[in-house]
Amino acid sequence: MSTKRTIFRNPALPYLLLAPQMAITIVFFLWPAAQAIRQSFLREDAFGFKTTFVGLANYTRLFHDPVYINSAKVTVVFALSVAMLSMGLALLFAVAVNRLVKSSQTYTTLLVWPYAVAPAVAGVLWWFIFNPTLGVLPYLLRQIGYDFSQTASSTDAMILVVIAASWKQVSYNFLFFLAGLQSIPKSLLEAAAIDGSGPFKRFWTITFPLLSPTTFFLMVVNVVYTMFDTFGVIDATTSGGPAQATNILVYKVYQDGYIGLNLGSSAAQSVVLMLVVIALTVIQFRFIERRVAY
Amino acid sequence: MVENKRWLDVLAHAVLILGLLIVVFPVYIAVVASTHTSGDFLTGMIPLLPSTHAVENYKAVLFSGIDNSGTPPISLMLFNSLLMALIVAIGKIAISITSAFAIVYFRFRFRMLAFWLIFVTLMLPVEVRIMPTYKVVADLGLLNSYAGLSLPLIASATATFLFRQVFLTMPDELTEAARIDGAGPMKFFRDMLLPLSRTNIAALFVILFIFGWNQYLWPLLITTDERFYTIVMGIKRMSDAVDAEPRWHLVMATVTLAMLPPIMVVIFMQKLFVKGLVETEK
Repeated sequence: MSTKRTIFRNPALPYLLLAPQMAITIVFFLWPAAQAIRQSFLREDAFGFKTTFVGLANYTRLFHDPVYINSAKVTVVFALSVAMLSMGLALLFAVAVNRLVKSSQTYTTLLVWPYAVAPAVAGVLWWFIFNPTLGVLPYLLRQIGYDFSQTASSTDAMILVVIAASWKQVSYNFLFFLAGLQSIPKSLLEAAAIDGSGPFKRFWTITFPLLSPTTFFLMVVNVVYTMFDTFGVIDATTSGGPAQATNILVYKVYQDGYIGLNLGSSAAQSVVLMLVVIALTVIQFRFIERRVAY
Repeated sequence: MVENKRWLDVLAHAVLILGLLIVVFPVYIAVVASTHTSGDFLTGMIPLLPSTHAVENYKAVLFSGIDNSGTPPISLMLFNSLLMALIVAIGKIAISITSAFAIVYFRFRFRMLAFWLIFVTLMLPVEVRIMPTYKVVADLGLLNSYAGLSLPLIASATATFLFRQVFLTMPDELTEAARIDGAGPMKFFRDMLLPLSRTNIAALFVILFIFGWNQYLWPLLITTDERFYTIVMGIKRMSDAVDAEPRWHLVMATVTLAMLPPIMVVIFMQKLFVKGLVETEK
């Protein structure tokens, strides 16, 4: 790991400087994580009187539990839908803003603020709009003969949470796509234009491939976002329902642990999720390091 | 651009105006709803045009809360959110800038170990270690307290990395000059590093303020005393009023108040916000 050529020498000071962060990391991060791992090998009776070591039983049960498998599938569908929808729209907006020189600043300002809205608040907003009895969109959909109800239909519930989660994420993706577009050398595009390729051909053959590092980075970030940061969206809208249709993995950890008090299973689920985060973080870091190299 | 094609510019404007409509629509609906009386919702559809009851609705939520939901006045929740966001932002910056300073400017035993222990926090979002963290906070007697609300969210590897990155780009000559002039490490930190990383600190502050303000799950778990409710979690308590239709006009007034501060921060500090976002993520 790199350090400075010139450093300070002091026997105690660096420890003192590190102490606050280490204390908080150990007390609130490492200790609970270790507890989660320990708990995942134990089973506790309903009153918490007796705990027995059950080895991997919590895990094997988990992977044979159709509800858990369903939750994993729901998470994949949710994460991919949000990533596609929010990145697709964001790319479209970024390309449009990148073309307009004069008004680009204004449009950027008007598009970025949803980032600041809390996921739970975004959930409440869209829940209100999609409210079956008084919502605007169900009203419009009824006019064309579709009866929208997120409390009765699994598909409708999923559509609702995907829209609420994507709405918030578009602005984030937009900023990164815009930065990516602005770093593409103009000379390449000019050369292609002189050779007679039209704007759409230029986009698909030059711009889009050059954006692939940004796209990949955003893909990972978006999957992490939908997996872990959308707890508020789910809780404020569907609470995982109807019939488990939107019960993503993070929400299930909370439901089984905090509400269902099934601590062993909840802990095993936490550990599985930690492994997923570790995998995603490693992918992200390797990729970023490679990017820094050129 | 490369060539001048009017119709492409028109298309770009059209796409963006459509985008703006999508982005603004939910917020418009919320603001409009917050200006009506509860009777206006009985007709079967959300009103699409504003009415004249804004002042009384906002007054009601700010100073007396919503009577059937057991939530305190919104002004108290706004204050709690503000305090929590400030403690999280300032706390994170303070502990990560000093630890980055230790890691970059000193060589000591366990330096690598410390670095990796901090790095690991990147991989442990609060959502996945929720139950045991709750237990730790309960054991420490921190339920229903500002410390309990903010401390567990404070450790952050991203901020430490950001400052490490910033410090690594500072020229060695700076440190040498400071040492020749007889400055100790803390003087160097205060008079050189802090002023030179001013914009990074400000940018990070903007991002962390929003992060702290928008917390939902954590305050939901650890506050049962309404004196410590934050506004984002309070909204949920209001909108599931047990045996009545939620009072939409008041809920939406609350939603509007909950969104306003972080949105203001983004709009007025856009430059810093973008800098903070791009740098902390990469």
